[in-house]
Amino acid sequence: MTKAGLRSKDLLGIEPLDPEEIGLILDTAESMAEIGRREIKKVPALRGRMVVNLFFEASTRTRFSFETAEKWLSADTLNFAAKGTSVEKGETLLDTAKNLEAMSPDFLVIRHSSPGVPHFLASQLKTRVINAGDGAHEHPTQALLDALTIRQRKKSFENLKVAIVGDIAHSRVVRSNVWCLTKLKAKVTLCAPPTLMPVDIESMGVSATSDFEEALSGADVVMMLRVQIERGGKMAFPSSREYFARYGLTRERLALARPDAIVMHPGPMNRGVEISSEIADDADRSVILSQVANGVAVRMAVLYLLAGGTPRAWQEGA
Amino acid sequence: MTRLLLRGGRVVDPAARRDGIADLLVENGRLSRIGERLDAASADVVDASGKLVFPGFIDLHVHLREPGFEYKESILSGAQAAAAGGFSAVCAMANTDPVNDHRTVTRWIADRAREAGFSRVYPIGAITKGMRGEELSEFGEMKEAGAVAVSDDGRWVANGSVMRRALEYATLFDLPVATHAEDESLSGRGAMNEGRVSTRLGLSAQPAEAESIAVARDLTLCELAGGRLHVCHVSTARSVALIREAKARGVRVTCEVTPHHLFLTDEEVARSGFSTATKVNPPLRGERDVAALHEALLDGTIDALATDHAPHHADEKAVDYESAPFGLVGLETAASLFHDRLVRTGRVPVARMVELFSGGPARAFSLPGGGLVEGKDADFTVFDPAAEVEVDPRAFRSRARNTPFAGARLTGAVAATYVAGREVYRRP
Ligand SMILES: [Zn+2]
Repeated sequence: MTKAGLRSKDLLGIEPLDPEEIGLILDTAESMAEIGRREIKKVPALRGRMVVNLFFEASTRTRFSFETAEKWLSADTLNFAAKGTSVEKGETLLDTAKNLEAMSPDFLVIRHSSPGVPHFLASQLKTRVINAGDGAHEHPTQALLDALTIRQRKKSFENLKVAIVGDIAHSRVVRSNVWCLTKLKAKVTLCAPPTLMPVDIESMGVSATSDFEEALSGADVVMMLRVQIERGGKMAFPSSREYFARYGLTRERLALARPDAIVMHPGPMNRGVEISSEIADDADRSVILSQVANGVAVRMAVLYLLAGGTPRAWQEGA
Repeated sequence: MTRLLLRGGRVVDPAARRDGIADLLVENGRLSRIGERLDAASADVVDASGKLVFPGFIDLHVHLREPGFEYKESILSGAQAAAAGGFSAVCAMANTDPVNDHRTVTRWIADRAREAGFSRVYPIGAITKGMRGEELSEFGEMKEAGAVAVSDDGRWVANGSVMRRALEYATLFDLPVATHAEDESLSGRGAMNEGRVSTRLGLSAQPAEAESIAVARDLTLCELAGGRLHVCHVSTARSVALIREAKARGVRVTCEVTPHHLFLTDEEVARSGFSTATKVNPPLRGERDVAALHEALLDGTIDALATDHAPHHADEKAVDYESAPFGLVGLETAASLFHDRLVRTGRVPVARMVELFSGGPARAFSLPGGGLVEGKDADFTVFDPAAEVEVDPRAFRSRARNTPFAGARLTGAVAATYVAGREVYRRP
């Protein structure tokens, strides 16, 4: 490791990170994961620091994961959900953020349904900003927890074949994962019906196909994405039934992948739409619960490193 | 009698095949003589040596926001911004509140502009009542009240029968029908251009075809119905190709292009970090589209440079990209940008710049001006090709600041603007 920390004050996405920074976060998360196995799950690394979780869009899972990470690091947390607040009354985004900044938080963790909001606020504020998902753009901590989960099972990313399948067009997970995995030298194939595949996706350094079986064959990792019926999915395919018939992950289809292939899903799952319950609950193949556990560790690592922490120092209580 | 002598400028007026050092003599608001070493007796003399002297610029497409949205811009502030941009005349779009779909609104806008002084303002009437795309507005009465064209700007007339009737009916009054070509069933009001960049950024996007399909329909209807079609802010390669072919077939079509579509691509959305100043409709396009616009600029397919000056209040733009309104301001940067990027670099001759800023727009909407003619109103623009400027939105005359060109360093600036012999702007 040549670097002591991260280059930017913010974590806005995976695209601006270099492979060393990704490695540093994963290594730190690996050591943070140990805290979750302790009886008393608390270290003083962020004592006296305040984190504001600013969620303009509901996401219970991501918010709980961040909050758990913040609490285990002893940070003070404030949760701000935008529903029924001044934001709805027409206060501008910048006003809202500036008002929160006036309370001097050390971090703003931002989730918004529109791409670019964390980037815009980070450019206007001195507070460190962590992107907890901006529309269909990036969800960097999700990609990092996915990478950590893959690394735990597969050791190396080099030439690893990863198939990402489902609603590519509306997924914030997919872009972050593509940048993360390609930076780590994995080979990524995206698979979706043409109606859910964005134009020129190959320009991101991946291959793309509408043939699910082709995408599955020889895959080391199969990442299934939620089909976002609420985001215009209705126009993309005629019915959930037809979708499952073509793109649902079943045991027979999974047999096309490598025998030791793992199955991932960022959740929440539509059982019987993109994945069969049989696979989702198969503890040998599905790593979905490890993903959740790794989410806390990765978010702890990100908070800790952005606060200026150095690897390992948290164990000495720094 | 007031006499003004503008001495020693390089007068460029392709309409009169003129390009050379000459004096302009203005008497009582009219150009009385253009020639060498004119008699200065009892005239106020202005030295224009080293400067370019052009027929006054005409912008076919601006939003002055009054009546209804004066907090964004007023007729006065808009006309001041136009004068500062070298425009002696602008055409004001109909999407005010109330919509300019009736002679009372048309006359009111024209009267307010006259009171304001500064640039001339020609109202554009709505094609349909309330811009709802259903019933035609009273073209004849609006024309009598001063309307120079009709347009439902911002909204394509999606109903083919209504658009056909509009083109047919407009022939009675020889009014151009200006179309904002966007098939909304296809664009879905996407926030940016669909392509590599929108895929990377995950922003909602509209394909270039949403424009070219609308252009193809409108050209086809124009051939069926007759009349004059004007395509607003053309932005795609396919659109200009369709217009080029239609012109060759003799269809009466004209079109305009904006500086931002010429000088920015959709990469700017990413490069600027999702700055809402880059959110405009039609959206900033890809490199191939931009290259096609440059070609069309040179081969005459494009008739006019228009800014689509669209002022918005800062608070309206200080929101997330997808909910921000479309539009940017362009009146005060257009001439410097065009000169710096295309004329100074030798890609476009200065005479072509004058055609695009003055003669072309005048012909497209049959407006006075567009050339320097003895006996006619003395509308002209003095341009300093050596001036170094930095785009500073805080110094704009416009009430709005929403420009993606803030901080750009440009060579060439408007030095002064004259309307009917009266100086309406002088560069400080
Ligand atoms: Zn417009």
